[in-house]
Amino acid sequence: MPAVSKGDGMRGLAVFISDIRNCKSKEAEIKRINKELANIRSKFKGDKALDGYSKKKYVCKLLFIFLLGHDIDFGHMEAVNLLSSNKYTEKQIGYLFISVLVNSNSELIRLINNAIKNDLSSRNPTFMCLALHCIANVGSREMAEAFASEIPRILVAGDTMDSVKQSAALCLLRLYKTSPDLVLMGEWTSRVVHLLNDQHMGVVTAAISLITCLSQKNPDEFKTCVSLAVSRLSRIVSSASTDLQDYTYYFVPAPWLSCKLLRLLQCYPPPEDGAVKGRLVECLETILNKAQEPPKSKKVQHSNAKNAILFEAISLIIHYDSEPNLLVRACNQLGQFLQHRETNLRYLALESMCTLASSEFSHEAVKTHIETVINALKTERDVSVRQRAADLLYAMCDRSNAKQIVAEMLSYLETADYSIREEMVLKVAILAEKYAVDYSWYVDTILNLIRIAGDYVSEEVWYRVIQIVINRDDVQGYAAKTVFEALQAPACHENMVKVGGYILGEFGNLIAGDPRSSPLVQFNLLHSKFHLCSVPTRALLLSAYIKFINLFPETKATIQEVLRCDSQIRNSDVELQQRAVEYLKLSSIASTDVLATVLEEMPPFPERESSILAKLKKKKGPGAVSVTELDDSKREAGELNGGADRGPDTAAMAASNASTPSPSADLLGIRSAAPVGAAQTNAGSLLVDVFSDSGPAAPSAAVNDDGFLRDLEQPTETSDSLLVEGSGDSDSAPPSEDPAPPLSEADELLNKFVCKNNGVLFENQLLQIGIKSEYRQNLGRMYLFYGNKTSVQFASFSTTVSCPGELQAQLNVQSKPVEPLVEGGAQIQQVLNIECITDFCDAPLLNIKFRYGGALQNLTLKLPVTINKFFQPTEMSSSDFFQRWKQLSQPQQEAQKIFKANHSMDTEVLKAKLLGLGTALLDNIDPNPENYVCAGVIQTKGQQIGCLLRLEPNAQAQMYRLTLRCSKDTVSKRLCELLAQQF
Amino acid sequence: MIKFVLMVNRQGQTRLSRYYHSVELSRRAALEADVVRYCLSRKKDQCSFVEYKDFKLVYRQYAALYIVVGITDSENELSIYELVHNFVEVLDKYFSRVSELDIMFNLDRVHIILDEIIQNGHIVETNKSRILAPLTTIDKMVDS
Repeated sequence: MPAVSKGDGMRGLAVFISDIRNCKSKEAEIKRINKELANIRSKFKGDKALDGYSKKKYVCKLLFIFLLGHDIDFGHMEAVNLLSSNKYTEKQIGYLFISVLVNSNSELIRLINNAIKNDLSSRNPTFMCLALHCIANVGSREMAEAFASEIPRILVAGDTMDSVKQSAALCLLRLYKTSPDLVLMGEWTSRVVHLLNDQHMGVVTAAISLITCLSQKNPDEFKTCVSLAVSRLSRIVSSASTDLQDYTYYFVPAPWLSCKLLRLLQCYPPPEDGAVKGRLVECLETILNKAQEPPKSKKVQHSNAKNAILFEAISLIIHYDSEPNLLVRACNQLGQFLQHRETNLRYLALESMCTLASSEFSHEAVKTHIETVINALKTERDVSVRQRAADLLYAMCDRSNAKQIVAEMLSYLETADYSIREEMVLKVAILAEKYAVDYSWYVDTILNLIRIAGDYVSEEVWYRVIQIVINRDDVQGYAAKTVFEALQAPACHENMVKVGGYILGEFGNLIAGDPRSSPLVQFNLLHSKFHLCSVPTRALLLSAYIKFINLFPETKATIQEVLRCDSQIRNSDVELQQRAVEYLKLSSIASTDVLATVLEEMPPFPERESSILAKLKKKKGPGAVSVTELDDSKREAGELNGGADRGPDTAAMAASNASTPSPSADLLGIRSAAPVGAAQTNAGSLLVDVFSDSGPAAPSAAVNDDGFLRDLEQPTETSDSLLVEGSGDSDSAPPSEDPAPPLSEADELLNKFVCKNNGVLFENQLLQIGIKSEYRQNLGRMYLFYGNKTSVQFASFSTTVSCPGELQAQLNVQSKPVEPLVEGGAQIQQVLNIECITDFCDAPLLNIKFRYGGALQNLTLKLPVTINKFFQPTEMSSSDFFQRWKQLSQPQQEAQKIFKANHSMDTEVLKAKLLGLGTALLDNIDPNPENYVCAGVIQTKGQQIGCLLRLEPNAQAQMYRLTLRCSKDTVSKRLCELLAQQF
Repeated sequence: MIKFVLMVNRQGQTRLSRYYHSVELSRRAALEADVVRYCLSRKKDQCSFVEYKDFKLVYRQYAALYIVVGITDSENELSIYELVHNFVEVLDKYFSRVSELDIMFNLDRVHIILDEIIQNGHIVETNKSRILAPLTTIDKMVDS
């Protein structure tokens, strides 16, 4: 068999491999390998010096053994010896062995480094490549220290061979990844970027991986690569397939390089330069057009290569999310792929469309494919494709199609693969809640979910349905009726029993009028499930029973009988026993009034985000596109819970004047528990005694350890006052004689100008400073008017504008010096030019010095240049707004504040302020017409930052809740701080 | 980036493995077993991309041999799928009708070819004659 071996066949090696192949059993193979290892070891240790050929042969055998999964703990030295061979094949095996087997064994590395050094200086391109390749593979710190400074030189030197450049580029990439501190790109940056222009396509292919990595780390320094990449791409895309002969693959010019170029462009926003952008759009259009042309070859390789580029182009279009035309074309193209006979294309199209669904421009277009996607979910034979279809349905879901999608997902659940059931359940639960208009539909959906896939319904899901039922009094009767019916099934999932127990315990009275669901029938139904349930569920049912005693006095005797029986009152489980004992005692000694208070209906839960989303997020990991954000549901679920909460909220707010929570807490939500808690404390010490052992939560919460109440906070903290936040008085700026820089009220002066551009910035007995300013894009011009209010001349009048600390790099303010003399009663003017480089938080300082009657006046103010000045208003529709809102979904992108109104809450005043802010005030967006919704884009030199704002006034409580979501977290925070002072 | 390239036969025996990130020997065995389990059981009409842990497997079958490439999400699936084919075409050109045996008996050469295509987890060259250039040089030296 050795004849198979090519070139300078190593006979011994071939024999060994044949032997291994012929081994009949694993044992025989191991035996043969051990024999060979012993043989090699003895050869290496032997006195006879081995020649290069033998060394190569043995090292090759070791590699083969390693491939078979056996550890190799010797031979490294021999491999290192091979490095100094002059024969390419020997050297290559040496390097290969080291690349595959050496980690950071420092002693060896030093020897290897020596060999590498020799090869790098050999000027033999093949040796240089091997050496560079070895550095790239091992990439240890010591290697980086030895070679990091040399590699860039090799990479950009004019006389370096192309193949060496290719290896050098990837070698540098490795060193940059492992030891970025040692790779100093500074002086090389521009020459490395220009490798994109290299004549040789191979060099560009290798260099582009390096440039992509560097661009991700230092986008600003490498941004010149955008125009170079665009022109390179344009040359490839527009070339005939014969132009780039060697790099044409099945009639597709340079497919791999094209993909890499399109990937590189995804590191950057759309090009600012109109010409570059135009050229790029042209490329993207050409790529989309080519997809529609008849194929140049029937081979699958041709269409795959073409489609690889197409998918990458679509990714770029989605990344830019700014060209509606291209987005819609991309969507249509993907729509065609959805029906393609190639499974690979269907899979990729579903995946790609998932990201497309969250773009406001294409969301509607994606929705038109709903039937195809549903069909994919039903008929695809590959679970990973079905999973993609499910993800896409989730992403394309909105109010208009929620019922259909949820129904399809539910029916799919019945046959879904076990591996994805839990995720599907979470998704259905989220969609049902998010898009519920009709709460009976929501309740039905969740109960169906429990019925179909009860085992996969996590606690979060059934907690949530109960929270919602408790908070919505219009659905309680329906919920009670539905669970009652669901419990009729002979085999019920335990989760159904839990939901049933809880809901009937609270709202069983709503259906008790019907003799078919009379109190006793309800009780018997629940109790028929009791013995089949686990301890926590039984505990929950016991709590439901005691609630029944309160709801239906006629059941008291029956229930007491149940509680009194040995299996309860002497239950070996301490929790069950305790509940049985306590409930029995409570029901026998407490008066009806006391019972009614203790067992009162649960108070509404605070409006809060669904924990289901958090769970889904955790399951999918942070990278998942289809997972919308926690607070997103909070917003949209506002319709769900918000309405119901409104009542208790205002009551809570009224109460909160007396007992106030910590200002950081979500006031609108948590307060609803306060009055109830207060009432309960009055209910008598007896109750506290009775319950003191069973749990720490509020007394009415007999079911506390079922997990609901842990969410409710105890209204204990009364020290903090809400007013702290609202202390900023509106009528600020009393004149100050003391020139202490910066003025104590500087911040308040600043706040006055957040929503307006003109006015009096400062005034005291001597001086008045007026201000007029205008802003366009990221530029601004400010006119300062210094008025001398006295009749005496100001001497040595000078002003300095400074940007302290970080601000220096964020904001560029230029001013011309002013006249040093200001006559009495005169006014002088100063112009400032302002450029916003990037977003910022601090305000520039304006220091004014002058002599008035010999005394030096020195005061420092903050110039009212705030980040919102660079807003461009953005008009959008309701669906767009929520789509974007959804996109800005990382927790840090949101900032929220709840604060007391400092000024009039008059609608017109608020509107004027919001317009003054610079954003667009959007009508008919928020389901609650009382709320204000704004959108805008902050223009800085480097980037555009999209911002969305929502202001929810509560006139009765004189409170606001302000929420901001921006594409940059620091901006959300800053805007929130600024705005909280305005209303 | 590309995390690894594997060649396994239908019996699940590894014929070539090249890792571009360090993986311990014991975990290699587990990973290779997983890969075999995931890919070999799939039918023709299933898609060639499999999600596995935090990366994706792109696989392509040639007779009894499977080539599996592990990639992160920074790679384009279809382009890797065709890169595999390009690799096989190069092998085919060099060995004239490559077979599993060619790969076993010429492991060093297969490695040389692969190293010319992928270095350090990134595509370095796609032009067939340039990929084969070093081997052609070697073979000339041996012949002379």
